[in-house]
Amino acid sequence: MVYKRDPKLIREVLGNKVQFILGDMACVYGGILAGCSFFGGYPITPASEVAEGMARRLPRVGGTYMQMEDEIGSIAAVIGASWGGAKSMTATSGPGFSLMMENYGFAVMTETPCVIVNVQRTGPSTGQPTLGAQGDMMQARWGTHGDFEAIALAPSSVQECMDFTIEAFNLSEKYRNPVCVMTDGEMGHLRERIVIPDEKDLKLVERVRATIDKEKYIPFTNSQTQKNSKVPDFPTFGTGYHTYVTGLTHNEKGFPATDKQPDHERLVKRITEKITDDIDKLTNVEKTNLDDAEIAFVTYGATARPAESAVEMARAKGKKVGLLRLKLVWPFPEKEIIKVAKKVDKIIVPEMNLGQIVHCVKEYSCGECEVVSAPKIGGEMHLPNELYKYLEGK
Amino acid sequence: MIEIKEDWCKGCGICIERCPVDALEESDKLNKKGIRPPKLKEKNECNCCRLCELICPDLAITVIAEEVKKDKKKSLLRPVGGRKNGI
Amino acid sequence: MVEMRSAKQLNKKFLREGMWPTIFCNGCGHGVVLDYTFWALEELGWDMDNVVFASGIGCSSRLTGYINADGLHTTHGRAIAFATGIKAANPDLKVVVFTGDGDCSGIGGNHFIHAARRNIDITVIMINNFIYGMTGGQLAPTAPLGSIATTAPYGNIEHPFDICELAKSLGANYVARWCVTHPYQPIKSVKQAFEKKGFSLLEFLAPCPTAYGRRNKLGDIKKHWKWYDDNTILMEDYKKIMQYGSDEEKEKAKDKIQCGVFQDIEKPGFFEEYQKLIKRVQEKPSKGAKK
Repeated sequence: MVYKRDPKLIREVLGNKVQFILGDMACVYGGILAGCSFFGGYPITPASEVAEGMARRLPRVGGTYMQMEDEIGSIAAVIGASWGGAKSMTATSGPGFSLMMENYGFAVMTETPCVIVNVQRTGPSTGQPTLGAQGDMMQARWGTHGDFEAIALAPSSVQECMDFTIEAFNLSEKYRNPVCVMTDGEMGHLRERIVIPDEKDLKLVERVRATIDKEKYIPFTNSQTQKNSKVPDFPTFGTGYHTYVTGLTHNEKGFPATDKQPDHERLVKRITEKITDDIDKLTNVEKTNLDDAEIAFVTYGATARPAESAVEMARAKGKKVGLLRLKLVWPFPEKEIIKVAKKVDKIIVPEMNLGQIVHCVKEYSCGECEVVSAPKIGGEMHLPNELYKYLEGK
Repeated sequence: MIEIKEDWCKGCGICIERCPVDALEESDKLNKKGIRPPKLKEKNECNCCRLCELICPDLAITVIAEEVKKDKKKSLLRPVGGRKNGI
Repeated sequence: MVEMRSAKQLNKKFLREGMWPTIFCNGCGHGVVLDYTFWALEELGWDMDNVVFASGIGCSSRLTGYINADGLHTTHGRAIAFATGIKAANPDLKVVVFTGDGDCSGIGGNHFIHAARRNIDITVIMINNFIYGMTGGQLAPTAPLGSIATTAPYGNIEHPFDICELAKSLGANYVARWCVTHPYQPIKSVKQAFEKKGFSLLEFLAPCPTAYGRRNKLGDIKKHWKWYDDNTILMEDYKKIMQYGSDEEKEKAKDKIQCGVFQDIEKPGFFEEYQKLIKRVQEKPSKGAKK
């Protein structure tokens, strides 16, 4: 019995249009609205609530929830379910994210759509399980071995936790790549008001399924039905295409070609270019008070909130300060950074880690302005006063 | 009689070893890999039991019975049966 | 009643064009397991559009590449977890997992234990050649005591893993072990395992002349295949000897590896039960579920 998305049943199960819920639950809502029908998870603080929410809601809409034996099994089952035709997701935190890296690379290599929610916590290792951090941002980009492109979103509010989960499904279906939603312990355990969108306001993207003649179908090449798309049509298992999917370097028919340099180059270039070619379409930032700014904050996720307060405090005192909030962190919005760097004299990058995204900002600002890192670790968010001090040149 | 896909044979010799009536031996010709594929002996007692066909790791042997006693069987695993002193 | 088939007809139906001959060494037991799978599939008459094969890493896992059906060649040891996901998305698909001794009982041990415990409706065919063949001959968890491998050059001092015992204790629906050297019983067993609902495990003892045979003084291919005839025993014979045999016979039979069908029970599969759960929950949502 294959899952069929029923919008009426979904809204019946999710409840009222306006609710006051946890960030983790908002991810659950986002997943179910997007049509997720398989969740394979393993409990880990602070992401356990996503699994618990899915365990209660997913069977009621006809989906399957499985608590796997570990995170490696979780991501493996999610990828398998995607090839069986389901939209699938998992949720974890730092230690689990590290365990998932091998199969994350497998999903990239085999071009499997899936969503991973990483409710970040302080690290390294067991760290502070109940406190939030942003220490996995570089891992989302470079965590698995080899060359690949990552897509990662960073929500700053509980409403965005829901909206970005839906967006993550759309992006993963469009580009046939795994997408990470990088929330953190603060956002995951925060309760805020959300508004569930109506069906007519919801834009969902489905993977392009293979429909052409089986003799003519080529599984790992540019799309044979969409123009100018490097994303191949998806041959769901059970539809008769007899596709061979492997993590080894493969040729266009899917068969291993591990001793030929041109095959590997062609494959890896296509799976990275299908995302980098669309960097302008993917870029998603929010600009606040940047038109006449002399100093700018560049930030993402939970730290955007104290940064906003700091900008308000500064503007009230007449300082010309602006904020660039990255909603989509990977692939990195280089063009937006250089635009800001050319305008302002100084960029401050507050992060709940010892400085990760600041390196990209430094790289892509090309020396046009000064870039300062504002790190804070230990599980506490920045206070607006602390960020204001950076504006005074400290 | 047997039909060998010569380029698929890897020369493991299992069919020759396991034939219950010792009907196979190495032939004189070499295939692409330099292996001598098997062939039926001149005087053999092949009764089309098809053990060689079932056990070849490369599916390189096909047994063709001259005269098949029954075309339909309860199971594919039943030996085909055929004339003794097969051709 | 079925019409007789020849190997040539099976080749045409089940093999991917252009992939044969296989990469397996001569005398390897893997090709034979593939052979047996084809004969069993032909007898069952399954629609190959509806069958999915998953595998991990190693010589055994190359088998999925040769079959003309949907195949998923995954990471080392995780094939069973991937197969669980495929089955969850579409429970009507028939999922078969090809895995090796290291892949299943070593790195994949945890996934194997839980899939068997949950009684996931898949068939796991574990091909046991007592060594890590693909990577050059390292020690495997199922290697007999005293055997030589590249990472155990002075002899193995660890006790081997008996995966059939483990599957039995976890309550798997069908557990069997066979040697590849004789065709009739394995093919019937594969057919039974495929038809069975719930978790089925088939362990095949396959020779590896290149990596295992060479290092353990088992001589050439013929001698290596003969080793299996001399050192395995059907479990029914073993029971009879232990009950009625003389001391000499018992001594000879004591250390032989037992083959046969160890467990054949009926328990409902995981996804069957899960569909019932969905129905139950959708008809009457519990009071606390609104949160």
